[in-house]
Amino acid sequence: MNWQAFWLTVRLAVVVSALLIAVGIPIAYWLTYSRWRWKFLVEAVIALPIVLPPTVLGFYVLMALGSRSPIGRWWESLTGHTLAFTFEGLMIGSVLYSLPFAVQPFAASFTAVDSKLLAASASLGQSPIHTFRRVVLPLSKAGLVTGFALSFAHTLGEFGVVLMVGGNIPGVTRTISIEIYDQVQAGNYSAANHTAFLLLIISFVVLSLVYGMNRRALTVAPWR
Amino acid sequence: MEVTPANAGAGNSDLEVRLSKRFINPEHSFDLDVHFRVKPGFTILFGSSGAGKTTVLDCIAGLSSPDKGHIAVGGDLFDSNRQLNVPAWRRHIGYVIQDLALFPHLTAQENVAFGLQALSTAERQTRSHDMLRTFRIEHLHDRRPVQISGGERQRVALARTLVTEPRALLLDEPLAALDRPTKSHILDDLRQWNESHRVPVLYVTHSTEEVFGLGEQVIVMEAGRIIAQGPPHEVMSAPRMETVAQLLGLENIFDATVTWLHEARGTMTCRLGAGPVELETPLVRTEIGSKLRVGIRAGDLLLSTEIPHGLSARNVIPGIISRLKQRDVIISTFVDCNGTPFEVHLTLAAREALQLAPGKNVWVVVKTHSCHLMAL
Repeated sequence: MNWQAFWLTVRLAVVVSALLIAVGIPIAYWLTYSRWRWKFLVEAVIALPIVLPPTVLGFYVLMALGSRSPIGRWWESLTGHTLAFTFEGLMIGSVLYSLPFAVQPFAASFTAVDSKLLAASASLGQSPIHTFRRVVLPLSKAGLVTGFALSFAHTLGEFGVVLMVGGNIPGVTRTISIEIYDQVQAGNYSAANHTAFLLLIISFVVLSLVYGMNRRALTVAPWR
Repeated sequence: MEVTPANAGAGNSDLEVRLSKRFINPEHSFDLDVHFRVKPGFTILFGSSGAGKTTVLDCIAGLSSPDKGHIAVGGDLFDSNRQLNVPAWRRHIGYVIQDLALFPHLTAQENVAFGLQALSTAERQTRSHDMLRTFRIEHLHDRRPVQISGGERQRVALARTLVTEPRALLLDEPLAALDRPTKSHILDDLRQWNESHRVPVLYVTHSTEEVFGLGEQVIVMEAGRIIAQGPPHEVMSAPRMETVAQLLGLENIFDATVTWLHEARGTMTCRLGAGPVELETPLVRTEIGSKLRVGIRAGDLLLSTEIPHGLSARNVIPGIISRLKQRDVIISTFVDCNGTPFEVHLTLAAREALQLAPGKNVWVVVKTHSCHLMAL
């Protein structure tokens, strides 16, 4: 059992799901309340990681982070090293990869808040932002928990993006799923079995917690 | 937050509404076009569903925008000429709708304190407590909306709105779901509040009872327009327009000609249509030969299978039953009185007892004061 890979993965999943709360809530807010006619295009882009092969996403992220792209160059001038094959690079790739798993449950729960409550809040003198904070967010708790837990579990198990963006550097970018792959490649089936089983249990526990908590609030699959 | 009517002088606190809005809909387009002024105190907005009452309230509250018009109460809120459209949350207009929209995640006290965000915590506590006490719901303090009964929920919704001291109050049938005693209790409390807070209250209902019980003024709307306006007894008991008559449930409407004035008795005789049926109706200022319209509720008419004697009713008209139609527990009985058709509402029991059937000879009994007169 490679505990270094395990803790690295947990750290990545925690950071990524926290970032997704911060990034996902404003995006979901915009998706819920915007009346822009081309909004559906943005929705499609956000949903892309669900259907794209992770290697495709990973490839583009790698290109975007590499020293030939403006972002990559900017990061290099700032820190002296490239984003590719670093923990930070892995974070960016994972946030993009898990974005729909956070944004969609958030947006679904915001939409589910009765518009009459929003009208009531407005006629009681509350600005749209106050209304969002005092009415929509508290009533979307189930969706927020679901989004957080799903992006956590999803990040735990990602493989393709990590391999493309992060490579396989022990202690920096080698996550559990890559560890398992390595063990199998090395013919080390019993170690692979231990690690795989641990990942299976953790993912099951996380999802059970989510569905258990949302038993009444959310009966369909969280992506609708 | 505080809206002290510093400029509460002549007419400044009136709610002034002039708006038009067009709804384009494949099935039917709908034009809303109203103009009225609401003084402090209760004004009833009356009309059948679909008349546009709720849209008018939504426009005043700022939840919906008129195409054109001007809305003001203690300052302009909407003016299409100046592109002015104050957002709902800056209007200080209280709005309580039928399903109340209490915040399910907050207790009764937190609901009531919701609109007092700008005040200090202590001030917020005091004010929401006082308001809970005024509406006699202080025992609900820590309960959530799901743990509260219907009538109490209505009180919480009203308290939540009134505590913000709105410049005007819009009530869209907030009491429709309540039984009568609970309703009249709440209305008393509401009226008492309005005594000390003289703001315009626009109260939407389609219950005739509430019109008479509450309103100092009534505005009658039909199909997006105002068709009558004034004190309730004037607008409702002598409806001057046919749509009001239909709204009030006057199933029998006849064109009539005045044939005789009995000033001493306070009545007059009207011939219905081409005759020969004549009715003795209340006296109004008119002349012999003038045309008007008479409306009578089908439920106000009596049927007799024999010539009745010793009745106070002035009008006893012979006829033949042409048709019986059951609607729920009501029997609509259509009687042909020498060419003049009457609709009479009876109970199932009455039909059985009198063995009513088409072809049977009957007498229709009409009280003078059941006749509502309308100018043409």
